[in-house]
Amino acid sequence: MLTYTIHRIMIMIPTLFAISVLVFVIIQLPPGDFLTNQIAELQSQGESVAMEKIEFLREQYGLDKPMIEQYAIWAGIWPGENGFSGLLQGDLGYSFEFNLPVGDVVGDRVWLTFLVSFTTIIFTWLVSFPIGVYSATHQYSWGDHTLTFIGFLGLATPNFLLALVLLYLANVYFGTSIGGLMDPEYLDQPWTWGKFVSVLEHLWIPVVVIGTSGTAGMIRRLRANLLDELQKQYVVTGRAKGLPPFRLLMKYPLRMALNPFIADIGSLLPQIISGAAIVSVVLSLPTTGPMLLSALQSQDQYLAGSFLMMLAMLTVIGMFLSDLALAVLDPRIRLGGGTLR
Amino acid sequence: MTDSTRPDSPLAHYVSREPFDPYTVESMTPEQEQYFMASQWRMMWWKLRRHHLAVVSGLILLFFYLSILISEFLAPYHLHTRDVFHIHAPPQALHMFHKGGFVGPFVYGYQTELDETNLRWVYTIDRAKVQPIRFMCVGDDYKYWGLVEGRFHFFCPAEGGTLFLLGTDRLGRDVLSRIIYGTRISLTVGLIGISVSFLLGIVFGGLAGYYGGWLDSIVQRMIEILRSFPELPLWMALSAALPVNWSPIFIYFGITIILGLLDWTGLARAVRSKLLALREEDFCTAAVLLGAKPSRVIFRHLMPSFMSHLIASATLSVPAMILGETALSFLGLGLRPPITSWGVLLNEAQNINVVALYPWLMFPVVPVIIIVLALNFFGDGLRDAADPYK
Repeated sequence: MLTYTIHRIMIMIPTLFAISVLVFVIIQLPPGDFLTNQIAELQSQGESVAMEKIEFLREQYGLDKPMIEQYAIWAGIWPGENGFSGLLQGDLGYSFEFNLPVGDVVGDRVWLTFLVSFTTIIFTWLVSFPIGVYSATHQYSWGDHTLTFIGFLGLATPNFLLALVLLYLANVYFGTSIGGLMDPEYLDQPWTWGKFVSVLEHLWIPVVVIGTSGTAGMIRRLRANLLDELQKQYVVTGRAKGLPPFRLLMKYPLRMALNPFIADIGSLLPQIISGAAIVSVVLSLPTTGPMLLSALQSQDQYLAGSFLMMLAMLTVIGMFLSDLALAVLDPRIRLGGGTLR
Repeated sequence: MTDSTRPDSPLAHYVSREPFDPYTVESMTPEQEQYFMASQWRMMWWKLRRHHLAVVSGLILLFFYLSILISEFLAPYHLHTRDVFHIHAPPQALHMFHKGGFVGPFVYGYQTELDETNLRWVYTIDRAKVQPIRFMCVGDDYKYWGLVEGRFHFFCPAEGGTLFLLGTDRLGRDVLSRIIYGTRISLTVGLIGISVSFLLGIVFGGLAGYYGGWLDSIVQRMIEILRSFPELPLWMALSAALPVNWSPIFIYFGITIILGLLDWTGLARAVRSKLLALREEDFCTAAVLLGAKPSRVIFRHLMPSFMSHLIASATLSVPAMILGETALSFLGLGLRPPITSWGVLLNEAQNINVVALYPWLMFPVVPVIIIVLALNFFGDGLRDAADPYK
């Protein structure tokens, strides 16, 4: 188990490194940077007051240096103006738009993204598990067809529109305030029971909306897996020995079909974080989505880069944990030393 | 036992003088013969045909794809026609009977009033104005595919009347016509995107699967990295990187290429695993021994045996692209007007007011759902049919 964990961590490091390179290249792709845009704007207004600050920032964050050096400073493997201070040291850089260190801007948002994603995964499981089992045990029944179709419908409806409609309905029927993750009066307040309830009231919309797209895939896979298992000989044997159908189902095939549930976190997580990004723009949730969008549009490169990096990190770590959980569940994987996929 | 079976006695037996053709014994009925002689594609077709949902989906897809050939003719209005007197007009329902008499398809005209407190136009249906729809008629000017001028439409509003079956938007443009025009862009985005991803998938998957070794591990790592990245933020970042001064048509191609660039991983994996299995087959060894170059072995001998699978999985990844484009355009990072896709249309439905006041602006989501569902079902059917020998 230990060797497997170490092996898995060793794979994770180059992956994160490659992702950081990719992220950096992408955010550098648009011509110019935030500061040149800013300078152009200031010059068009005939101002020069802030020029010194911009020069200072430019030097501070090495924007005048070649790209590779910039990357190395950002990642923290090369000393910049402040010595080694980059991602590796936990310094996410400086947001030009907010005039704050990225760490301060990001703050809670990553945790809220995490909260939303985590709840969504739980929701996806809770919904797709019974439906998948029902569909597999009642193959080609009306219930199977209807549930599968609803699952597909969730897959086919664009998330953002569903979010809008649900938001509207929630407002009309439950009086939930529009947008945000809590009622306005709880913003910047310490955590109380009321705030917690308010968050829960708001959380279900994004969770349902983001969850619907993943649920269909999950149902389909669970159904296919369970169907495969149900045709195996041991099921026939069990049935012949007179095991009650429900007990038979619970005892063997379901356990076998559970593996993909854990393994799927790997493919589910990027999907959920993607979904969260767009849904939170529509619902104006205080998660990473809206800020990432504006950072990308204004070329606030360190903010955008750190956001992308953190989303990727969240995914990679999630996959790592799912692989570990899978290895605990299934000895074949940890002994084989490789992953399932 | 009996005498005749004793070895020393000559067997009395009957010999027919008729000429004998041994093939008559194992002859097949015409149906059987047709079945055993059928090519792989023909058998796939037979298998697909039995999958009713897939056939229906295929027909729907065919209908939509054919419609993009003649969008200009099908749409009652031009893409940019603005009716400034009907801004945010609600949909006009289609009727057949007026006061008990059969009129044929017609709509009732609007009665327009200005609501002075809320400062918006209020439209009520005026039961007196019967406006029969004209068919095969002359209406708005258009340039067919931007080349040939024309005025001929499949159906148009009555002379002096209006025909907004799905309402109008904030500039008074007909939503139905815009959806019909948007089909052209939305559906081709998926096609071009999938061609890019198909090409990349075959090349990378082929290299990895055929050569194996270090090349394989590099490609595998690349796929893993791309897969562990949330798709949409990456799409957002890439499309934000498209230069602002590009013309809309360049942006269109840029977006499709971006969609394809990140999608090839699934296909590459499929190609790789198939190649890994197939390259050990005897026919492949034979081809190599006969001196065939790797490219010939891959494309001539290996590819045909899993092409059908590839097409099926490609069909299944088109919906993700269509949804991706819709999402990007909705966020304002994707296509830009005057290029009109369903996503661009949905961009109008971005805030809650629209849902409350002008819900018909959300109509473009209906074709999105239909197409995505149809592609999914059709792809599923294709995948089942892809291996007809099972």
